Amino acid sequence: MKSDDPQYTSVLSMHDTGPAPEAAIVRDIIKRGMYVAPVIVGVSAFFWGANGAWSGAYGLAIVFGNFAVAAWMVSYTAKISYALMMGATLFGYIFRLAVIAAAVFLVRNASWVELVPLCMTIVIVHVGLLFWEMRYISLSLAFPGLKPKQISTQDQLLNQ
Amino acid sequence: MEALTRIAHVSARVAAELTPAELKANSAAQMAGLAYGLAAIGPGIGIGMIFGKAIEAMARQPESAGMVRTTMFLGVAFTEALALIGFVAFILLKFA
Repeated sequence: MKSDDPQYTSVLSMHDTGPAPEAAIVRDIIKRGMYVAPVIVGVSAFFWGANGAWSGAYGLAIVFGNFAVAAWMVSYTAKISYALMMGATLFGYIFRLAVIAAAVFLVRNASWVELVPLCMTIVIVHVGLLFWEMRYISLSLAFPGLKPKQISTQDQLLNQ
Repeated sequence: MEALTRIAHVSARVAAELTPAELKANSAAQMAGLAYGLAAIGPGIGIGMIFGKAIEAMARQPESAGMVRTTMFLGVAFTEALALIGFVAFILLKFA
C-alpha cells in the first residue's frame, strides 16, 4: 500500500472527530469520588487524627488530578492525531507517575502528613473508583439499548 | 570489564567501611528502588500493548473509536494502578 493510494490512510493523519469519551468518564469518576471523599477523610481522621484527615484529602486530590490530567492529555492529543495520542499517553504515564512521586516526596516530612493513610488513599480510591466506573461502562457496552439518552431542553419543552 | 571490576572493588571498600546497620539501610534503599523500578516496567509494557491494540482497532473500524477509547482508557487506568501499588509499597517500606 502506497502513500499516494487514495485508499491509504496514514496513522499520523488519523485523528478524533467526535466527542471525547475520556472527559465523560473522568467527570463520572470524580463525581463518584466526591461521594466517597467524606468517608475516606472520616476513616483517616478516625484512625490517624487530623493529620490523617489532611493526608486522606491530599491523596484524593492526587487521584482526581491524575485522572483529570490523563483524560485531558488523551482527548487533547486525539484531536491532533492518534499517533500523538499514543506517544502522549506513554510518556504521560511516566510524567504522571513522576508527578505523583514528587507530590508524595515533597510532603513526606511535613507535619500534617501521615504516609500510611496518604498511600492507602491513593491506591484504594484509584482502584475503587475504576471498579465503580467499570460497572457502568460495561453495562453500557453490553446493553447499549439501556443506555439513558440525553434529552435536550428543546425536546423536554416539546414533550410537555 | 575493567570498569566493572573497579566498581566492585569500590563497592566492597565502601561496604567494609559501613557499620552493619548502615549496610542494612543501604541495601534496603537499593532494594526498594529496584522494586519500584521493576513495578513500573510491567505497567509500561501493558499500556503500550493496550494502546497499540486500540490504535489497530480504531484503524480497522473508525466508527467504533468511541467504544474502543472508553475501554482503552479504563484499561490504561487499571494498568497504572499496578505502578501506583509498586510506588506505594516502596514509600511505605522506605519511609513509614
